Amino acid sequence: MARGRIRAKLRRSNLYTFACLRPTTQETEGPHQFQGPGYSRMVYCNQPHVHEKKPLRYRSNYISTTKYNIVTFLPKAIFEQFRRVANLYFLLAAILSLTPVAPFSAVSMIAPLAFVVGLSMAKEALEDWRRFMQDMKVNLRKTSVHKGDGVFGYRSWRKLRVGDIVKVEKDKFFPADILLLSSSYEDGICYVETMNLDGETNLKVKRALEATLAFDEDLSFKDFTATIRCEDPNPNLYTFVGNLEYDRQVYPLDPSQILLRDSKLRNTAYVYGVVIFTGHDSKVMQNATKSPSKRSKIEKQMDKIIYILFTLLVLISLISSIGFAIKVKYQLPNWWYLQAPDSQNFYNPLRPELSGTFHLVTALILYGYLIPISLYVSIEVVKVLQALFINKDINMYDEETGTPAQARTSNLNEELGQVDTILSDKTGTLTCNQMDFLKCSIAGTSYGKKASDVEVAAAKQMAMDLEGPDPELANVVTPKNHTTLPWETNGQELRASEIELEAVITSKDETDRKPAIKGFSFEDDHLMDGNWLKEPNTDFILLFFRILSLCHTAIPELNEETGTFTYEAESPDEGAFLVAAREFGFEFCKRTQSSVFVRERYPSFDKPVEREFKVLNLLDFTSKRKRMSVILRDENGHILLLCKGADSIIFDRLSKNGKMFIESTTKHLNEYGEVGLRTLALAYRKLDEAEYTAWNEEFCKAKTSIGGDREGMLERVSDMMERELILVGATAVEDKLQKGVPQCIDKLAQAGLKLWVLTGDKMETAINIGFACSLLRQGMKQICIAANADSLAQDPKKAVKDSISMQIANASQMIKLEKDPHAAFALIIDGKSLTYALEDDMKYQFLNLAVDCASVICCRVSPKQKALVTRLVKEGTGKTTLAIGDGANDVGMIQEADIGVGISGVEGMQAVMASDFSIAQFRFLERLLVIHGHWCYKRIAQMICYFFYKNIAFGLTLFYFEAFTGFSGQSVYDDWYMILFNVVLTSLPVISLGVFEQDVSSEVCLQFPALYQQGPKNLFFDWYRIFGWMGNGLYTSLIIFFLNVIIFYDQAFRAGGQTADMSAVGTTMFTCIIWAVNCQIALTMSHFTWIQHFLVWGSVVTWYVFLFIYGEMSPVFSGNAYKILVEALAPAPIYWSTTLIVTVACNLPYLTHIAFQRCFNPMDHHVIQEIKYYGKDVEDRHMWRRERSKARQKTKIGFTARVDARIRQLKGKLQKKYSTLGGRSTLASS
Amino acid sequence: MSSGEGSSQPSSKKSRQPKYSRFTQQELPACKPILTPGLVVTTFILVGVIFIPIGLLSLSASERVVEIVDRYDEDCIPSDQEKTAFIQSDKTNKTCVRSLTVPKKMQHPVYIYYQLDNFYQNHRRYVKSRSDKQLRNPENEDLTSPCEPEARVDNKPIVPCGLVAWSLFNDTYGFSVSGMNLSVNKKDIAWDSDKNYKFGSKVYPKNFQQGSLIGGGKLDEKIPLSEQEDLLVWMRTAALPSFRKLYGRIEQDLEANETITVVIQNNYNAYAFGGKKKLVLSTTTWIGGKNSFLGLGYITIGGLCLFIATTFIVMYLIKPRPYGDPSYLSWNRNPPGN
Repeated sequence: MARGRIRAKLRRSNLYTFACLRPTTQETEGPHQFQGPGYSRMVYCNQPHVHEKKPLRYRSNYISTTKYNIVTFLPKAIFEQFRRVANLYFLLAAILSLTPVAPFSAVSMIAPLAFVVGLSMAKEALEDWRRFMQDMKVNLRKTSVHKGDGVFGYRSWRKLRVGDIVKVEKDKFFPADILLLSSSYEDGICYVETMNLDGETNLKVKRALEATLAFDEDLSFKDFTATIRCEDPNPNLYTFVGNLEYDRQVYPLDPSQILLRDSKLRNTAYVYGVVIFTGHDSKVMQNATKSPSKRSKIEKQMDKIIYILFTLLVLISLISSIGFAIKVKYQLPNWWYLQAPDSQNFYNPLRPELSGTFHLVTALILYGYLIPISLYVSIEVVKVLQALFINKDINMYDEETGTPAQARTSNLNEELGQVDTILSDKTGTLTCNQMDFLKCSIAGTSYGKKASDVEVAAAKQMAMDLEGPDPELANVVTPKNHTTLPWETNGQELRASEIELEAVITSKDETDRKPAIKGFSFEDDHLMDGNWLKEPNTDFILLFFRILSLCHTAIPELNEETGTFTYEAESPDEGAFLVAAREFGFEFCKRTQSSVFVRERYPSFDKPVEREFKVLNLLDFTSKRKRMSVILRDENGHILLLCKGADSIIFDRLSKNGKMFIESTTKHLNEYGEVGLRTLALAYRKLDEAEYTAWNEEFCKAKTSIGGDREGMLERVSDMMERELILVGATAVEDKLQKGVPQCIDKLAQAGLKLWVLTGDKMETAINIGFACSLLRQGMKQICIAANADSLAQDPKKAVKDSISMQIANASQMIKLEKDPHAAFALIIDGKSLTYALEDDMKYQFLNLAVDCASVICCRVSPKQKALVTRLVKEGTGKTTLAIGDGANDVGMIQEADIGVGISGVEGMQAVMASDFSIAQFRFLERLLVIHGHWCYKRIAQMICYFFYKNIAFGLTLFYFEAFTGFSGQSVYDDWYMILFNVVLTSLPVISLGVFEQDVSSEVCLQFPALYQQGPKNLFFDWYRIFGWMGNGLYTSLIIFFLNVIIFYDQAFRAGGQTADMSAVGTTMFTCIIWAVNCQIALTMSHFTWIQHFLVWGSVVTWYVFLFIYGEMSPVFSGNAYKILVEALAPAPIYWSTTLIVTVACNLPYLTHIAFQRCFNPMDHHVIQEIKYYGKDVEDRHMWRRERSKARQKTKIGFTARVDARIRQLKGKLQKKYSTLGGRSTLASS
Repeated sequence: MSSGEGSSQPSSKKSRQPKYSRFTQQELPACKPILTPGLVVTTFILVGVIFIPIGLLSLSASERVVEIVDRYDEDCIPSDQEKTAFIQSDKTNKTCVRSLTVPKKMQHPVYIYYQLDNFYQNHRRYVKSRSDKQLRNPENEDLTSPCEPEARVDNKPIVPCGLVAWSLFNDTYGFSVSGMNLSVNKKDIAWDSDKNYKFGSKVYPKNFQQGSLIGGGKLDEKIPLSEQEDLLVWMRTAALPSFRKLYGRIEQDLEANETITVVIQNNYNAYAFGGKKKLVLSTTTWIGGKNSFLGLGYITIGGLCLFIATTFIVMYLIKPRPYGDPSYLSWNRNPPGN
């Protein structure tokens, strides 16, 4: 029937209009009459060889996500390299260095460039190789393919061709887009999990055509042939148009027969299918978007600095060439020893403007040292090494799935240290998508002793709180400790305010979790093992169990090994209910078209009783109805309606005598909600035959009606029946969060990060999860924005929009008027409202509201909306956003955010493939951000600053020297010194700074999340600091140049009477530079391992070694530097004393600055370093722990805030008790 | 590692676990020095304490140097004649006699320098204009390409070619004290490396100063370049437009108040570019010639360090901060919620 409807729709669709174009020769009577562009694909099933020739040769199933191949690598990668302005400049300089204008030899320009570009390209090649390997992994997966004569054999995915018949087994991925022919089920259905495509975890049913049902074994494909005519490859996941021509009959195809690549066969032993779209033609690959290349904020800012330096470069070049032109015009004619003019006009006093122009080129090359050529490559090297540390971090390795963290792109490491807002997916990211049945309330009695995570933490907290010599008294005496911070009241409470979350969780893990059954954490002897029969209200308990085991749409699956049933349910809640029912002794074991079978176990019987319940009607769950019901006839012939749904909905529908337990149930529901459980109410109704028959007629009518209003009719009819219910009880399941999620959220909140949850789930689920991970708590003001359609309005769209605008405005007003500084708001918005809220005229209003709220939860959002919200946050606040998710539906968001993090280790790879970083569990995010992010940010920031410093210090000395050479473009240094400066002599120390620097150790980073704020506040790369470093560079250059020039002015520089020539002065000056910049970096570092020592001091030694070797080479090669160290400089005390004084003078201001800053205006990490240095953390544990607990941003979300709130509540109760008891006890004690 | 199927097996799962090493976990033992007040004060005082004696030592060494500087370019030219024409003419008598008084006793060796001002020996065109290969090896005498425009004469290679050699300084000085000639030792005024390696002992000047333009001094074609030490000294281009070059040594003490008579052949044309010419007699110490700047510099830096140390101490006494005191943490300075 369903197919008929689609067929009908298709007939009416505009595709039908193609019919008029249909050539008369076509004899098919098929429903899809199409021809022309877009529908040209022909697939000859079981004849893959036909597809080996043109025009039927389609793309192979080989996929490649690499950027380059062997041929294109060189040109493409080189092009990429020279898209960087700085590199292009150096390329130009290198080309110009081949002309006589160049101040240096050509090799000194080309060698560093080749080195730098070569290194970057090697990195590109390596990354591309990794991508290739990942592709190959997929390409080499095996699948079973029909090899002819009914024989199937395994073949790798990449060798799959269009037209192949494939057999896919249970829990395997489909290797291509496949037309389903038959399955292990007789009726040709199969279940498919499409999590990789759309992130939905529920199973989808696919149905084969009746015509092909018979082909359900290998041999039947021996002579099978058919032709498929269908649409061309396109990215639309939910449409498919095509015809199958088989046995001279044409059958229409629709999406329900198409199995998409990267989805997974579930719950079905095997399926047969024919390959339609392969490789990049498949819908999932068509959907793949090129991941945008992202650059970090620091790098963008660095570009600005480069532009500043370019400006400086051009400026001093201009000064230089103007100076040169003037000299050429007025003085050069007198300088007979230069024999000007020359033939090439480089020094022509008659044409100074021309000579000046030539000189400009020379100067631009000469002062190129202002722009650090090795900056990019050093940064790349550093980032690759940083990424290596991230990949190798043993604490981010997930034992369960065996996946380490992975930095997939290394150019965003430092961005991790500047994140302001995290946008997180829910399912699979925060939760494991697993529900645990934890508590229930039956007939007004609450069962279930096990505590939820929140309860455990709060209880522990309370226990700590009340610890002490006289806790009662402390509480009675200091009732004010709700208003003041606990640690300020008295010493005893200091420890209390500490939240040792880790301890809470580990202890729980060890003791409680071991024997757990998946989905069932219920503990209460009153109900277990048949003890419920001893309880009062046995009837209700029985009904309760029956509702659990009957009111659902799940399919049982027998586990052969253990003999127990597992359930494939639409939602994990249902699965949890069924598992619970099983454990209570009501095992759902079989479902047929009309019946549900349940094995009921009673302690009085030896064997379970199998009962059959005839299912008469199933009233589906929809998000609007928020309930589902089944109507069934039991073995005694009674007709029952069993209903489960949201408590508010059920309570509205209770009959007068069905409200017996409403009061106590409501109380229980509130308690459950408070501790973060998701609740449903269960009810039933007995029907009499006549009433049912009358209703059923109407229901059938509604069901068979065709037309747009069918849903509405069904709903109305269902509603008629779901009334006069009798309340049985309520359930409470815990949405299992992933390990460590609340703790991680708590830490992230303490680090000052904001967390938004964007989920495709319905609002209630989202709110429940919000509670579970402490994004929401009782006492928080929830602002729910929902689109309530007012269909009466003239323009419903506008009405909705106005209503949303109104809601947003009201909420903003409310926040503004709020007086209590501790008040927290939570914004919950659904996808529909979001469509309007994201429109241009409203989005900033929405954003402002959202930013004012402590937590934001968007539910029912589409993947596109996720990306839009991300963009809004990113662009609206201008702050760094991080998106984290696990499914294909998060890809948009991951790509849009400044940093995309994918959860790896689960089956899907889409999110990971699109991400910049992948981690196995949400909880690793804390380590990734708070440790690696913090370090990388500081490292890169310091490194870049230092880079500019050293190049300014060096480059400007060249400029000063120019002024003394008549601006002729002569450099005081030997060409080789200049080459080595950036590439060898100063690059390794700065790389070691970028790779190994740690301001504080990793434990301290975790203990003081507040330190993270140094990143988002950008304390280490603001303009103040950048200009400070540049100023330091300027100062250093002045000191180096002028001290040297004055010391070596004209007199002899050694006892032998020799005067210093240019190479002696240049070499001394260069020695000073090497010492000064290397000492500077040593002062900048705060963490020395042997590597840093080795590299910093090694660089200095290398310089002397180089100078020695260079001097020993033939004078043809070394020129004036021949034997300079051995013969001229080393024996001269003035050489060494100059080095000493210049080095000290250069570093004096910086040393003074940091000494005074640390002493009189210390930053947080300074103080913490000192505490560690003096071992105060060991001496005074008390202080250390106090500071740790205080070192957090003012946060209103997270576990800590939650627990605090809970404590406040409990204390309130205690206090009440004491105020009545207290008087008495004091009397007694006195 | 890259095998797709293998990744699902537990054995290869193990292999994906990062191996623990102190390096990859960034836990290498490290020293984390911090600038404690003690360290700051010690460092600055230490620098001061070391620098000031060095400064005094240098200063005293510089003070011991006796230096006589005599500018002669203006006095050694007849004021009534056009200077450039006078100096360029072959016919004019360029001998000039100067007397210098020794201010203090000068112990031998007394170094003789000529000093040129406003002479851009560091000009790029000038510096480039030489051929080191040609200077070293007689076979390379044709390698004159870098020497333009002073490379060839009538298509024959000039040895030594280039502007540097061509503009060789050619004033000469003769010294006498009370009528007695002071011998000037012109041996070993160039670097040994220049004599032994850079300039060939078999390279003889050829076609030098034969062109239409005559630059500076001429060379004896019978003496190999390696022995023409004046040229060797000249060829070491100076870093600054004002420079001294070694002319020779007087291997004899000069007593205080002695008058030295110098006979100068004033040949070199420094008039065209307005350069000064000076004759310098100087003794040396371990820091070389007279150079009080180095000593003053050391004393200044040393003094500055002591000053900074004092300031630091004073400031610290006024506003002491116990290091590692948590009350200076930002969250304690501006407590949250207030």
